[in-house]
Amino acid sequence: MSAVREERASVDPRPASTGQRPERRAGRRAPLTDRARGERNLGWLLCAPAFLVMIGVVAWPMLLALYDSLFSYRLTAPDDRAFVGLQNYVTILTDPLWWRAFATTGYITVITVAVELVLGFALAMVMHKAIRTVRPVLRTAILIPYAIITVVSAFAWFYAFNLTGGFVNQWLPFVGDDFNWFAQRGSSLAVIMLSEIWKTTPFISLLLLAGLAQVPEDLQEAARVDGATFRERLFRVTIPNMKAAIMVALLFRTLDAVRIFDNVFIMTAGTNGTETLAFLAYRQTIQRQEVGLGSAISVLLFLLVVLIAVLFVKVFKVDLSQQRGGK
Amino acid sequence: MRPRDPHPPPVRRGRSRRAAALSLGAVLSGTLLVSCGSEGQQTTEAGVPILNWYINPDSGGQQEIAARCTEASGGRYALEVETLPNNPQGQREQLVRRLVAGDSSVDLMSLDPPFIPEFATAGFFAPVPPEVEEQFSEQTLAGALEGASYDGELVTVPFFANTQLLWYRKSVAEEAGLDMSQPVTWDQIIEAAEQTGTTVGVQGTAAESMTVWVTALVRSQGGEVLANPEAPAEEIEVSIDGPEGAEAARIMRAIADAGVGGPQLSTADEDATAALFESEAGGFMVNWPFVWARAQSFVEAGSMEQETLDDYGWTLYPRVTEDDEPATPYGGINIGVGAFSERPELAYEAATCIASPENQQYYFLSNGNPPSAAAAFEGQEVLDQYPMAPTIEESVELAAPRPQTPYYDVVSTGIQRTWRPGSADPQTTPAASAELIRQVLQGEALL
Repeated sequence: MSAVREERASVDPRPASTGQRPERRAGRRAPLTDRARGERNLGWLLCAPAFLVMIGVVAWPMLLALYDSLFSYRLTAPDDRAFVGLQNYVTILTDPLWWRAFATTGYITVITVAVELVLGFALAMVMHKAIRTVRPVLRTAILIPYAIITVVSAFAWFYAFNLTGGFVNQWLPFVGDDFNWFAQRGSSLAVIMLSEIWKTTPFISLLLLAGLAQVPEDLQEAARVDGATFRERLFRVTIPNMKAAIMVALLFRTLDAVRIFDNVFIMTAGTNGTETLAFLAYRQTIQRQEVGLGSAISVLLFLLVVLIAVLFVKVFKVDLSQQRGGK
Repeated sequence: MRPRDPHPPPVRRGRSRRAAALSLGAVLSGTLLVSCGSEGQQTTEAGVPILNWYINPDSGGQQEIAARCTEASGGRYALEVETLPNNPQGQREQLVRRLVAGDSSVDLMSLDPPFIPEFATAGFFAPVPPEVEEQFSEQTLAGALEGASYDGELVTVPFFANTQLLWYRKSVAEEAGLDMSQPVTWDQIIEAAEQTGTTVGVQGTAAESMTVWVTALVRSQGGEVLANPEAPAEEIEVSIDGPEGAEAARIMRAIADAGVGGPQLSTADEDATAALFESEAGGFMVNWPFVWARAQSFVEAGSMEQETLDDYGWTLYPRVTEDDEPATPYGGINIGVGAFSERPELAYEAATCIASPENQQYYFLSNGNPPSAAAAFEGQEVLDQYPMAPTIEESVELAAPRPQTPYYDVVSTGIQRTWRPGSADPQTTPAASAELIRQVLQGEALL
């Protein structure tokens, strides 16, 4: 090993004065001073409680779910618990119900995130350009839907569209007074998505506003002097300079949208083809008390979320530590 | 006097914060310790043992009965009421989670009858003492007694027994020439509604009420949803796909095809059905007796005319065939005593008091929930307030419980997922639901 190290050191083209770099490489660290070691130990000690809590509340339930997913296990019949290996996964992945919930979740995610991005960007521009005196009021007003608890907003939208006592049918000229929004898949999903968009667009606009604020004003100024139109400045200056912020906003909202639950739970309880993956997991685990099957769905949902996050980070090169504009 | 330092040293603030955090921590951990220590050993300040009664939300009737029984016990126990979630499924979920964990605080629980087999099989009930079984076997109407039992044994104490009636507008029945003093069939009321341009209110939503409806339609013809509901999951025979199931699907579809189910048919629950019946389009409706108290309250509030209420008529649930008596839907609440209760004898004593005919009658008169005991239907006051009481009593006697299986949720959800008024097909719907239920019971499909 040491021979290899020496050989590497001999062909290392970097000057010896590159400072801390060699320290980062395993096996090439300079010996730590007592003080540095003390600080490192203190660092570990300081983050240990948080680390332990994270293991307790995040890692442990996840590992337990993974373990439970290998069993046929009904909460009310613990004696009948039996190891079935990957059978639960086979059952789920060969069931049309899973794929329908998968498609519904994907549909809701794509539509809501796309609409939210456009609307959120427009709102962010409004907030950014608003004159100083109205800016705080405007930002507060835009953020109000996001401050409302999702279940409450779901109820509000449900009652607005509900046939008994709802008012939307009276407002919309192209809809009959006795049109039941929650009787078919399409219209049910439309209301669910509307509610979701109304509720979370402020979040995306806030993230985009942060990105917008980082776009260098001198670039805008230079483009303006060069005679660029608003459209040209938007697509050639503003958006390219806030790509990181846009990707972070998209990542956060996609991960959120994939786990949609509250609106479906309140408005349709998953009926008429509106069931999402999170709702399917809830029904198996909590309603049916089928801990094994439910855990397997949760594990699959978790893997999906991880996959999306990895895709964003690796393929779209989202750098979570550099979410400022200009990067 | 020393002048006040406008900038106190930060260390002091740190100390006071630390002190505040420490005292908060002490208070919180103290609270936790107290609550842990007190579990299972609860008594009132006077040293009376506390029995926790987990109830379904109501209009305050069970709270009042708890107070009455506490007083009547003469210091032997004090009932304390804990409210469960609003819908029966939520109530079941919470109770199961507590009982799986062996929660000894569950002394008594108000339980929806379909969940009784699951709880009984899981060993969640303390055994019913013989004297309690004897007393309630004598005082309870047949349908309600069957609903409180599992595998031929009384496992809960029958409290109130709900049942659905056929409600109709007298004017509509008259216009259609239907003699409502005689038994009527589904086909007759569908035809009458079509003829008069009115509606037949049914619960077409994909919820528990769908299972209630399908079960009633199948059992009214002498059929069964499951041939052997008490068998283990792998051995259960699903029999909903027989001719009775096909006839049930035909009736369901007929309501949708005739356009008499109202615009909300596929999402109509009990409240939506009641609202439809209260509207100008109201003709017929199957629903629980709460609709009477609901209409009365609307008249009192001025949102319904007295003559509309006077137009309300009621009779037994519709028949499927002319000759067979209906198997009426059965609901209600029974009292279970938790298997992990530290005072099961005392809890059964309290359950006996809660479900006494006097308290059942009080509950009927004050909250509109019909009794399970025949004696509680007696008296002029009952008739004055609920003129349909004799019909309810007769209906509870005829009531047929939903499939009494530990896998009730599989059966019920299987029905809810496959039966829809608008798409019900005698050829395919019963078979599809049977196949789905079978597959899920075998662990081969999701639900």
